[in-house]
Amino acid sequence: MLNSDQTPSAADWELQSGESHLLQLLKAGHFAVTAELNAPDSSDPKDVYANVAELGDVCDAINATDGSGANCHMSSVACCALMARAGYEPVLQMGCRDRNRIAIQGDLLGAAALGVRNVLCLTGDDVSAGDQPEARRVFDFDALHLLRTARIMRDRGVLLSGRKLTTPPGFFLGAAANPFVPPQDLRHLRLAKKIEAGAQFIQTQYCYDVPVFESFMRRARDMGLHEKVYLLVGVGPLRSERAAEFMRSRVPGVHIPDAVVDRLAKTPRKGKRAEGIRICVEIIEEIKRIEGVHGVHIMAYRQEDAVPEIVERAGILRQKTRK
Amino acid sequence: MPGSEWLKNRPRLLEGVYAGSKSALQLLYPLLKRILPAAFTERLFVWSEEISKGYLFNCQMCGQCILHSTGMTCPMNCPKNLRNGPCGGVRQNGHCEVIPEMPCVWVQAWRRDAQMGRYAGEIQLLQPPVNRALQNSSAWLNLLEGTDAQQPSGWTAIELE
Ligand code: SF4
Repeated sequence: MLNSDQTPSAADWELQSGESHLLQLLKAGHFAVTAELNAPDSSDPKDVYANVAELGDVCDAINATDGSGANCHMSSVACCALMARAGYEPVLQMGCRDRNRIAIQGDLLGAAALGVRNVLCLTGDDVSAGDQPEARRVFDFDALHLLRTARIMRDRGVLLSGRKLTTPPGFFLGAAANPFVPPQDLRHLRLAKKIEAGAQFIQTQYCYDVPVFESFMRRARDMGLHEKVYLLVGVGPLRSERAAEFMRSRVPGVHIPDAVVDRLAKTPRKGKRAEGIRICVEIIEEIKRIEGVHGVHIMAYRQEDAVPEIVERAGILRQKTRK
Repeated sequence: MPGSEWLKNRPRLLEGVYAGSKSALQLLYPLLKRILPAAFTERLFVWSEEISKGYLFNCQMCGQCILHSTGMTCPMNCPKNLRNGPCGGVRQNGHCEVIPEMPCVWVQAWRRDAQMGRYAGEIQLLQPPVNRALQNSSAWLNLLEGTDAQQPSGWTAIELE
């Protein structure tokens, strides 16, 4: 592991000019595994490395969230820069809640300079979801404006104003999709719009309802979208029925069917965690057979230590994030 | 306000009204411009838009109206100000993530778009970022003058591909 006070070496600069490792893997037809980093409430880089430790050996790339759930943590740009420095493949999550278009474009340039190659463009959870609901919400852009602006910077080498960039950022651009909330029958059309705006990969919201996901994919395939985008399905272990209840009522956009909650409720207390992992593994096994699915995105908040087991048992263990 | 909900759920009727008023304005505007002082025209337009569109659509006076492309549902009522919604936070009952008692305006917009005639399907267009400098100005005037269609040069760069 890289020492926190080590300065970037020549190898780091090489890394910065390279193409996204995640894109290369997907292009080569591998089933990708990404995971979410628990961004620390700390100013110490060691805390980032501690949280990434469980994930690094089993994941192809690691997402740094951008104040997810509208709670403040270490910034996603900083988490990504630290991960890149240590040789991990970061995915920068960039939302529209906290910054206007000027800050967004500046952060994109800065992130690219620090070695970030993958960007996930999000709308962002509303401030009301977090512990500082009295904050001003920005939302100058929406996720599609963000996507297209990042693409313009990359492909045209200009800022939104038209001003030229000396070195454009070389991004692999992603967006989120949530097939599990209304209007379910039209969610594939929003996916199409995101692809049009510049999305090359998708990471979905937690999937606990495979039939709903399947019908979403059927509609997406009918439009040929599965050939235009790499789609990684969001999954994660539930610790108990209480955790499930909390998530579906308090975390925006999470849908968990009653059957899943009941299954956890019926499991004796000592076995709940294992049952949650089993459900997660089963879901991965089902979705990896669906045509158009290119990988999974594991969000195991405060259960990062379960990720290696999940990856192994689901039969998708292969690559390492660290190069 | 009475009647406004009933009307909001009749996007086909509203799009007719929209198309009619647009043609009428385009016809009348050159004349208005000649006979009225510019400042007065602006005030007159802002005032009548606030009243009519305020009543019909809870218009937020963004100054660049895209109602006909969003099922005649004003997207600026979305607390996240999305121009390409809905977000991923919509509740299972179709209500807004931010305001639980309010139906998501974007779910309504997509449903209403499907009921429309001449503008149906326009909801699939990628809408450009909002020009915040036009807030509180008249969308009608901006339409007639073409200011609402102006985009930063970077935004259109990609179309040159
Ligand atoms: S749920 Fe609908 S109205 Fe509410 S913030 Fe999201 S898109 Fe806007």
